[in-house]
Amino acid sequence: MALYNSNNTLKDHFRETRLFTTRAVFALILTIALMLVLLGRLVNLQVLEHDTYKVLSDRNRIHIRPITPTRGLIYDRNGVLLAQNLPSFSLDIVPEQIEDMDDTIKQLAELIAINEDDIQAFKVRLKKASRRHKPVSLRSRLSDEEVARFAVNRHRFTGVEAVARLYRHYPQGSLGVHALGYVGRINERELQQIDPTNYEGTNYIGKTGLEKFYEDLLHGEVGIEQVETNAQGRTLRALDSTPPIPGLNLHLSLDIELQRIAENAFGKDNGALVAIDPINGDVLALVSMPTFDPNLFVGGINSKTYKGLQNSRNQPLFNRALRGRYPPGSTLKPFFGLAGLEYGLIQPGMTTYCPGWYMLDGDDRKYRDWKKQGHKTVDLTKALVESCDVYFYDLALTLGIDRISQFMEPFGFNDLTGIDTSGELTGLMPSREWKRKARHQPWYPGETLITGIGQGFTLTTPLQLASATAALSLYGQQLRPRLVAATEDPDSNERVWLPAAPNIAVPIVNIINWEYIIRAMTKVVHSPHGTARRISQGAKFKIAGKTGTAQVFGIKQDEEYVAEDIEKHLRDHALFIGFAPVENPRIAIAVVVENGGSGGAVAAPIARKIMDHYIESLAEEQSATAQGGGS
Amino acid sequence: MSLLNSRVDGRVDGLSGRRRTLAQSLHLDIPLLVCLLALAGTSLFVLYSASGQNIDIIERQAVRLLIGFIILLALAQIHIATLLRWTPAIFIIGILLLISVLVFGETGKGAQRWLDIGIARFQPSEIMKLAVPMMVAWYLNEQALPPKMRRLFVAGLMILVPTLLIIKQPDLGTAILVASAGVFVLLFAGIQWQLMAGFGALAAASAPVLWHSMHEYQRQRVLTFLNPEQDPLGSGYHIIQSKIAIGSGGLYGKGWLNGTQSQLNFLPERSTDFIFAAYAEEFGLLGIVLLLVAYLLVIIRGLIIAAQAQDTYSRLLAGSLVMTFFIYVFVNIGMVTGLLPVVGLPLPLVSYGGTSMVTLMAGFGILMSIHTHRKLLPR
Repeated sequence: MALYNSNNTLKDHFRETRLFTTRAVFALILTIALMLVLLGRLVNLQVLEHDTYKVLSDRNRIHIRPITPTRGLIYDRNGVLLAQNLPSFSLDIVPEQIEDMDDTIKQLAELIAINEDDIQAFKVRLKKASRRHKPVSLRSRLSDEEVARFAVNRHRFTGVEAVARLYRHYPQGSLGVHALGYVGRINERELQQIDPTNYEGTNYIGKTGLEKFYEDLLHGEVGIEQVETNAQGRTLRALDSTPPIPGLNLHLSLDIELQRIAENAFGKDNGALVAIDPINGDVLALVSMPTFDPNLFVGGINSKTYKGLQNSRNQPLFNRALRGRYPPGSTLKPFFGLAGLEYGLIQPGMTTYCPGWYMLDGDDRKYRDWKKQGHKTVDLTKALVESCDVYFYDLALTLGIDRISQFMEPFGFNDLTGIDTSGELTGLMPSREWKRKARHQPWYPGETLITGIGQGFTLTTPLQLASATAALSLYGQQLRPRLVAATEDPDSNERVWLPAAPNIAVPIVNIINWEYIIRAMTKVVHSPHGTARRISQGAKFKIAGKTGTAQVFGIKQDEEYVAEDIEKHLRDHALFIGFAPVENPRIAIAVVVENGGSGGAVAAPIARKIMDHYIESLAEEQSATAQGGGS
Repeated sequence: MSLLNSRVDGRVDGLSGRRRTLAQSLHLDIPLLVCLLALAGTSLFVLYSASGQNIDIIERQAVRLLIGFIILLALAQIHIATLLRWTPAIFIIGILLLISVLVFGETGKGAQRWLDIGIARFQPSEIMKLAVPMMVAWYLNEQALPPKMRRLFVAGLMILVPTLLIIKQPDLGTAILVASAGVFVLLFAGIQWQLMAGFGALAAASAPVLWHSMHEYQRQRVLTFLNPEQDPLGSGYHIIQSKIAIGSGGLYGKGWLNGTQSQLNFLPERSTDFIFAAYAEEFGLLGIVLLLVAYLLVIIRGLIIAAQAQDTYSRLLAGSLVMTFFIYVFVNIGMVTGLLPVVGLPLPLVSYGGTSMVTLMAGFGILMSIHTHRKLLPR
């Protein structure tokens, strides 16, 4: 047997056993020593450096994610929804996790419609994305089918996810767009101005109108969620979260039905209309025609559509109500008349003879009246009712430019009204000082003359005109025009009504002068010779008003217009200001119909329609409350 | 021999005269078996968590463990004298298989390790983990110990040839195990310390040669070991995430199924080579001490078995198998904790899968055979 084939084996057995035992003990000691080395290493990792590794482990798995607050909703005064948030899926890509971006997009395009525009826009956003682990969206508003198709194939696309988001939607479409405004993707410049933390998860920001002005209130405050992610970056669960504070809902003073009637009343004409409730400054309608659909802008408008809107000769994007600076024409005559009375330069009984033209001393130029044959003998009432130019040439000269600009100032003609929406421009009430500064020229008497009929340098916006009309109707009391009447906490539905904000009142010298002017304005509508007499027919309430016609041709300051096709646009702008009911004014309106021609024939009827509807709705409201109180 | 066998058939312990217990009749060593079962149970328990509650993996591992224990049981029945007789043949067949792997072997993961034998693929290098210490022990058993220089030289060749063949595959981890299994036999055979030191020096001197013969991925592993942070997303990722897992486990661990590093996929190969990190994360230092104690008990029991063995061959083979088992433990934990380079050795009995499980269990079967057959051997 092999075991015993050597002679030495048996002899050395004891020695061998002892030798082996020594070696075995040594092996055991070595084993224990090496295990202690391992244990020392583990104590080092798990006890001494535990804190370091704990932090590293948490940093591995815990990510802080923003929770986007829900944007506030917007309602009209009767609770009709004007702006809402609808859920939709968008396709987001985390750049860091994509190896071959072009290939990924190509593969995604087999499942989901992705066009060149999407890819271009995505690449631009990708370039701007500062942090590679932040998702960049490739396409928004996926269809249900696309979401399903992606969900099935999701495992193929690490770093790509279909994320549910809310997008802004304007259910009324283009209606009231110039008051509401719209939201769009946050651009570079806006990025500089916002608090990056608060907008961490937000894609949209108010671009114009109320959406822009009330951005802070509508947006709300971002919430924060600590989420656990796996090595692939997928969110597994939330560890801790601070809920977002949703944006406030806005309840507008705007009456969307009134807005609809007003917009329809313009037909195919361009123009603007502002209707204000004088007693609280509520803006009831704010029209700028033509309009456009704000929903186009929400998901990012494509460049072709945008260019189309921008280059359209009708300028639908231009907010005429707030930014259109029109020569007010004769609509300013009641204010000049009041100035004459308040300064004591004219008396109600005083008359002037109108031959149909006016001439300054030492000047050959004839300043014509709109009525060639003249108005003959006119007092202030007749001058307003028939809109006699010669009377006001004379009055303006009597007043002088200094008194005119001084008197008009408190009505806010040189200021912003302070309406709570973005983009408002001021008009221009010229003065000697303004001309010296702006034109480096002295003031000429001829310029005073044409200022007297609301021409020359004078420019007003429809909003300014409406606001000044409201101030006139309340004997100088004026309130800041406002679109938002109340804010509402979306969680508690608690409404906070915003108090009416008074602007500084126009000082009154003698209230009788104001009454006189308002009586004369009432006659503009309700007397047989009044320029707006046609809108008195069938009126259930008394209207005070003044028509106006503004020359378009030859006006240099008119920067906002593309006057390329002057032949077609030669016709004058038709204007009308008015308020009703005269005894207890609840609505003051300014209307401008571009190239509409006659104020009395074109602009005034639009105002009448709106007054009718609004005053009727007030009466209904009143009878409803009366009945409610009685039962 | 026939007389001796008849006494076995009589199922009577020759020395005590007591009836044999079931364990004795099955040739099992209870203390060792309990330790092994404890480790196997730990394996299933940790794997359930590390695999992300994958029942499939648990079932497969359980089946593998079962097969392992069956092999253990089978080998425990084989008399050590039979094994001794077959040793040279097994060794020569092993060498031939290694050569045929290099010639016809299938490539898997950039290395030629597998041999397809129709039913299954297997790694001949696994056989060498047992065949090399068996062969060296067989060779040294022929003469009195400590061995003479000439014999040591021949024994050295018996170690070196298979080791080089395995390095050529290339499989560094197995090569280390095969070489150390052989070297441990020499160590237990009573080789002089001066000679050991000489071998050590020789090994150090051959390091540049070894470096030159290494594959690119092996070199990369060594470089990564030297500086894991250099390439945190590439090869260093394993070590960094493993250290984070272990370190963040702390004294008490994050709790079973609560290890964020392993549950959230940050820890790579957490079911196989890096299962120790997953264990350390969830059970902390206290759990590790328990695990190390279990391993230490296996080693102590193994060394006792070796010391009580009644012939040189059994002693040398037993001692070598036990210490090879320890090499597994030490290299794996050393690698996972960043003390040693990533050589791809599993944590014995705990890591998922691996053909090494079968070899390890076979080794323990031999240990049990050595222990349970010993009293039947004449002195």
